[in-house]
Amino acid sequence: MKKYRLHHIKQISVTLALLLSVILCGCSSAGKGVNGQVIVYNWGEYIDPETIRMFEEESGIKVIYDEFETNESMYPKVESGAVAYDIACPSDYMISRMIQNGMLSELDYAKMPNARKNIGAQYFEQSRGFDPDNKYAIPYCWGTVGILYNKTMVEEPITRWEQLWDEKYADNILMQDSVRDAFMVSEKICGFSMNTLDPEELETAKNLLIEQKPLIQAYVVDQVRDKMIGEEAAIGVIYSGEAIYTQRENPNLVYVIPEEGTNVWIDAWVILKNAPNKENAEKFIDFMCREDIALMNFDYITYSTPNEAARNLIEDEDIRNSEIAFPDLSRYDNLETYVYLGEEGDSLYNELWKEVKAY
Amino acid sequence: MTSKNKWLSAPYLFWSAVFIIIPLGMVLYYGLTDRTGAFTIDNIMAITSAGHAKSLRLALLLSFISTIVCFLLAYPLAMILANMKVKRHNFIILIFILPMWMNFLLRTLAWQTLLEKNGVINHILSFLHLPALKIINTPAAIILGMVYNFLPFMVLPLYNALAKIDTNVINAARDLGASHFYTFIRIILPLSVPGIISGITMVFIPALTTFVISSLLGGGKLLLIGDVIEQEFTRTSNWHLGSGLSMVLMIFILINMVLSAIFDKEGEGSML
Repeated sequence: MKKYRLHHIKQISVTLALLLSVILCGCSSAGKGVNGQVIVYNWGEYIDPETIRMFEEESGIKVIYDEFETNESMYPKVESGAVAYDIACPSDYMISRMIQNGMLSELDYAKMPNARKNIGAQYFEQSRGFDPDNKYAIPYCWGTVGILYNKTMVEEPITRWEQLWDEKYADNILMQDSVRDAFMVSEKICGFSMNTLDPEELETAKNLLIEQKPLIQAYVVDQVRDKMIGEEAAIGVIYSGEAIYTQRENPNLVYVIPEEGTNVWIDAWVILKNAPNKENAEKFIDFMCREDIALMNFDYITYSTPNEAARNLIEDEDIRNSEIAFPDLSRYDNLETYVYLGEEGDSLYNELWKEVKAY
Repeated sequence: MTSKNKWLSAPYLFWSAVFIIIPLGMVLYYGLTDRTGAFTIDNIMAITSAGHAKSLRLALLLSFISTIVCFLLAYPLAMILANMKVKRHNFIILIFILPMWMNFLLRTLAWQTLLEKNGVINHILSFLHLPALKIINTPAAIILGMVYNFLPFMVLPLYNALAKIDTNVINAARDLGASHFYTFIRIILPLSVPGIISGITMVFIPALTTFVISSLLGGGKLLLIGDVIEQEFTRTSNWHLGSGLSMVLMIFILINMVLSAIFDKEGEGSML
């Protein structure tokens, strides 16, 4: 659900940047814009940096921008309050966890006219799965989880999750190193819900993943993209947003939504409770919903935008009507969205995932 | 130390209180409580569960092998260095320390690129019509990463200990008819024990606790105890379990410290 090149280098530079900004803030008041600041916590490489610069120029608000790698790593940092973030951009199930734990603040749509006007109604509809009254979250990106394969390295087209268990592709498969996405794959093969808490179903799903482990080249998060472009592996589990970018870099790559069904996700802007700069946060989110800005972000990160006005502005017809970037979800009947499983459900999944990883 | 200059250590004491003592106290607190704040030893006993015990065994095994490999590589080198003229050995030590000026994450990431299936090393091998190297994402790659990263920490204490051996002692042994081999076994090796112990500590402890090397070079398929602890903090946000498991690791560190205190009474093997 994010773009990330060499993420460790990124982490180092983010750390350095934070250190520098601390030093700078200590030396002078130049750290704040004329209209104050806003602290944003987003996925790595999930925004066109130019849009941040434009926002700063137009609004006079200084943006302090920080990045995370997974929902699970974002949550404890926001919860601990070590940095008083104003805005975050988590995924569906994590948003419902944050709502349940009272970590979000209600949105004032009157102050965000672009959000109502430009974001497609069906995405707000879809968001009700985790934000029942659309009170807390404004969709930023969405997509599916699917298979990316290299057509020169496989013997037949890959269409099913099951084929990730095929021994002829041993050492050529990249699996997602995140608990929900990994379990989703094996649960879908068995025809279970990806939100199941049934101990027997989970046991089956876990055993299936253990069975697959010897065939896996590596469990990866962001590196799947670079490894697939570099033809390190034949098949990888990837977010649809990476498909356009990877195909551009390596035309042999094909993205498919597996027949067994998959996960549809939404990443959305939320304003945190106790956000020190709530008004600036609203301005920032509204700015990101402006059609020209959303288009810039789409061009840069290539993740599907829920911003209908921006989509209409996409010049390349193939991309505007792309089945990968904008699949017609009504054609599939086995797509699901993750829901928050509660603290116990979460730790059950984590326990089982640890068993798979340690096996 | 006279009472007059005792205050000179105040900044250091302040530093250790804030960044060592307090964090350790927090680890102890989290390790011995559950989410409700009640006292429990479950977090420590969790090491006996199959997955955790397996990760600990794997970490012990890999760091043990790495330490042995480091020792076998470093000892001859340290002996050569110790026998060299001052000017030249300074140069060689510089060469050893030089890579450490670059971030250790980046160097490990570089190994990933080097070892990959379509990586630099395999390109060279296939150009020479040699079979491809398949060690990325295996325990061998992790050991390679550990040896590469921690070798300087073995060389320097060994070199310090060896350089301090009085050459007259060695000459006396030779004069009295001891062979080269016998001199080595009876004189050089025993006198370098402080350096050996210090080197082993400095390689074994970081290798045992690493999580970066295993996650970068192990492809996420090999979970060392360090990875388990890291993930408890960053992904599953169960700080209690993470702290409990860290306390188990501290036991190994304490054992190592006791050993080095016994063998290295005068701090001869220290790096500085």
